[in-house]
Amino acid sequence: MQAEEIEKIEIDLFLEALYQRYSYDFRHYAKASVRRRVRHILARSGRKRVSELIDLLLHDENFAQTAIYDFSITVTEMFRDPDFYRSVRQNIVPYLKTYPFFKIWIAGCATGEEVYSLAILLQEEELYERAKIYATDFNESALKKAQEGIYPLKEVQQHTVNYQKSGGLHSFSDYYYAQYDSAIMRQSLKTNITFAHHNLATDGVFSEVQIVFCRNVLIYFDRSLQNWVLSTLTDSLSRGGFLCLGAKENLEFSSVFDQFKVVDKTEKIYQKRVK
Amino acid sequence: MNTGIRTQDGRLFRRDGLSHRSSSVQDSRPYQAVVIGASAGGSTALMNILPQLPANFPIPIIVAQHLHPLQDGPAVLYRAQGCALTLKEAEEKEAALPGFVYFAPPNYHLLVEDDHTFSLSVDAKVNFTRPSIDVLFQSAADAYGVTLIGVVLSGANQDGAAGLNIIKQRGGLAIVQDPATSEISYMPRAAIEAASPDYILSPLEIGAKLVHLSNFLADPLPSV
Ligand SMILES: C[S@@+](CC[C@H](N)C(=O)[O-])C[C@H]1O[C@@H](n2cnc3c(N)ncnc32)[C@H](O)[C@@H]1O
Repeated sequence: MQAEEIEKIEIDLFLEALYQRYSYDFRHYAKASVRRRVRHILARSGRKRVSELIDLLLHDENFAQTAIYDFSITVTEMFRDPDFYRSVRQNIVPYLKTYPFFKIWIAGCATGEEVYSLAILLQEEELYERAKIYATDFNESALKKAQEGIYPLKEVQQHTVNYQKSGGLHSFSDYYYAQYDSAIMRQSLKTNITFAHHNLATDGVFSEVQIVFCRNVLIYFDRSLQNWVLSTLTDSLSRGGFLCLGAKENLEFSSVFDQFKVVDKTEKIYQKRVK
Repeated sequence: MNTGIRTQDGRLFRRDGLSHRSSSVQDSRPYQAVVIGASAGGSTALMNILPQLPANFPIPIIVAQHLHPLQDGPAVLYRAQGCALTLKEAEEKEAALPGFVYFAPPNYHLLVEDDHTFSLSVDAKVNFTRPSIDVLFQSAADAYGVTLIGVVLSGANQDGAAGLNIIKQRGGLAIVQDPATSEISYMPRAAIEAASPDYILSPLEIGAKLVHLSNFLADPLPSV
């Protein structure tokens, strides 16, 4: 057997150990990315073989915690894919205006930029007071940053460009104040947001909501986990509710597709059928 | 039967008697995919390579090209250039098939899974860029092993050098654009240094070489 074949077995055993010992399940993540992450962990550890990491994983909780974070790719930005937010204004906002009260679930919120983007949009559409936003992730460290809402000032320029392109009605600087090297998001954006730990691979339906954002999370999963997670998300949505995926994520080939109608094919906005 | 070899998966291929290389076995392998890395100046090279490939080119071509984030997707750029193959952006979970040239979507890493389907990721940039050629090449080397052809074209950074080296280590074939023909020779030079490629060629020669390498795939010998 070649070294690469043995490495595949080692990686499977590593993921199995992580699951059995800590209940974090990465066994159905897309393998090529997982392999990159495990090799990265291996290189950092100074060990030679992935199998040697299993010992560390089982007996060293700090090592395990770091490894778990390594599997969480938290790369994100404010108003990522500005056209998507334009489409939300156009296609979802009119629907929300008919509700006195609604709930939104942002699954895989990473460090929160997406959550604040949506909060800003809702404020501008005078809908924020009616909203309850649940923002979840399995990465506690990212969640903590999300909750703080403090971002490097040097990123603000990019955020501002995105905000303007997304159809923002005011000025992005209305929504944060600068302190030293940081941009601190306004408290008024936070009042209706609840940040919580939730693992899409192992935890179930969260709450009945009218909108689900799950963007740039499913690309990391294999088809079977995608279908599993999509059925959880679908079950969480009320009839007529909206599901929003990432720019390169498709519902078309999934097992839940027939429960939705396509609202915006390019921006990946889908609406759960009423029947 | 000394002119044909049956591979493990039952595919037949012919020894490449036309090769000018002494180790003609290398040129007679049943290659299953081509990965190409392009950066600054790479568009010109691609526009000289891709139109040479016939519609029945028998294996998929997968390209990671660095683009300015606001530029249009690369496939758009070549569509009008008279390439017989279908150019498209790679979609996640899509299977890599002959007849297509797949491009990494701007701002995503493109990876190939062991079952020859694509994965996309928004992981941090590698070599200051996303898509990264190294990320594509490494995953493709894992997926295709000795049956992979890697090509590094013009560019101004060292992305692709490490990846091409991995392709070589796994027994795949490595081709680098001749620095003398590259608009920016930094990337080819880095790849030559890191990977000691099998061929250093001009874009026109690369096109011809790919066609040549694929010929024995297109018309296999009848089974024995
Ligand atoms: C690339 S970020 C996307 C952030 C944001 N949604 C966006 O589109 O910009 C992916 C996030 O998904 C989270 N994630 C991955 N697997 C998860 C799981 N099983 N359960 C919950 N969150 C997960 C990661 O921790 C990470 O924060």
